[in-house]
Amino acid sequence: MSIYLLTNLAYIVAAVLFIFGLKMLTSPATARKGNLISAIGMLLAVVVTLLSRDIIDYKWIAAGIIAGSIIGAFSARLVAMTQMPQMVALLNGFGGITSLLVGWATYHVMAAFDLFTATTIFLAVLIGGVTFSGSLVAWGKLATYISGRPVLFRGQTFLNGTLFIGTLVAVALLLMNPSAGYPLFIGIIILSLLLGIMIVIPIGGADMPVVISLLNSYSGIAGCAAGLAIQNNILIVAGALVGASGIMSCARQ
Amino acid sequence: MDPIVCRSACLICMGMVLILAIFVGFEVISKVPARLHTPLMSGSNAISGITLVGAILAAGHAGNILTVILGTSAVVFATINVVGGYMVTDRMLKMFEKKPAGGKK
Repeated sequence: MSIYLLTNLAYIVAAVLFIFGLKMLTSPATARKGNLISAIGMLLAVVVTLLSRDIIDYKWIAAGIIAGSIIGAFSARLVAMTQMPQMVALLNGFGGITSLLVGWATYHVMAAFDLFTATTIFLAVLIGGVTFSGSLVAWGKLATYISGRPVLFRGQTFLNGTLFIGTLVAVALLLMNPSAGYPLFIGIIILSLLLGIMIVIPIGGADMPVVISLLNSYSGIAGCAAGLAIQNNILIVAGALVGASGIMSCARQ
Repeated sequence: MDPIVCRSACLICMGMVLILAIFVGFEVISKVPARLHTPLMSGSNAISGITLVGAILAAGHAGNILTVILGTSAVVFATINVVGGYMVTDRMLKMFEKKPAGGKK
């Protein structure tokens, strides 16, 4: 059996585990077991990905996983129970920046220009950037590193609208003229980060749980876009799952 | 098969997977008790750490220094998201678990 086939079969199993895990998380009796099942799905997906033929060098992956595991495990242990919401916000921001970085790396090695891949890369970078900076602001507000009061000023709507349109124009320009290249791409990254900050600062600290819930959904959508860019099924499925369920739980809150 | 036909078949397949996953995501969340909102958010945040898979593939592309830097930092962030996310969710749920058990006894 080819590695490709094996990997994708394992991805199907992982997707099923994620769906069951998420479902079980919605009931108090099964929630803890559900979390474990989804963690097993994650482990399976990561392990079979490591078998990929596309991986030439393992040392940086190993270093990254070890460093990330140590930081993640220690911070999860040490964080106080009362500080859980800001911890989730921070972790969610890390999920966002991952999509941004994966999108960037894919853009960097993209050999031939392909409209579909380019569009999904820009979506991953854009939504990932908004998720990252937005989550950091939400984290800062909850941890009271920055004032929890809404930041409002004159011309805010105009500025936000300009930023949003500017971002869309930059993406459109890059799509129409891919040789415009790096300066514009970096511009999109900076604009997306600014946009994330601007979206969250006008919202008060008390409303942060809903904001984090929405940003959590964004990080799923960003992951899904990254999955479409690198054509990876488990990223598409898990990203769409988190994106859709996040919007749903946001609407019900 | 003609490469163009093959390519569009691949895209259509991904589109199908995407749409079905979105519907499953909508359906999975129903009637969530208020006290499970935060753990559910945290648990699904851990699932969104699946971008670790993409990060691993990016970091494994040896030969290009920028890709390796971007990929490796992506691996670090994603692993913190995954490991921290699952552990934090488990801690929250463990706290909820104790309350009803203590009440019954």
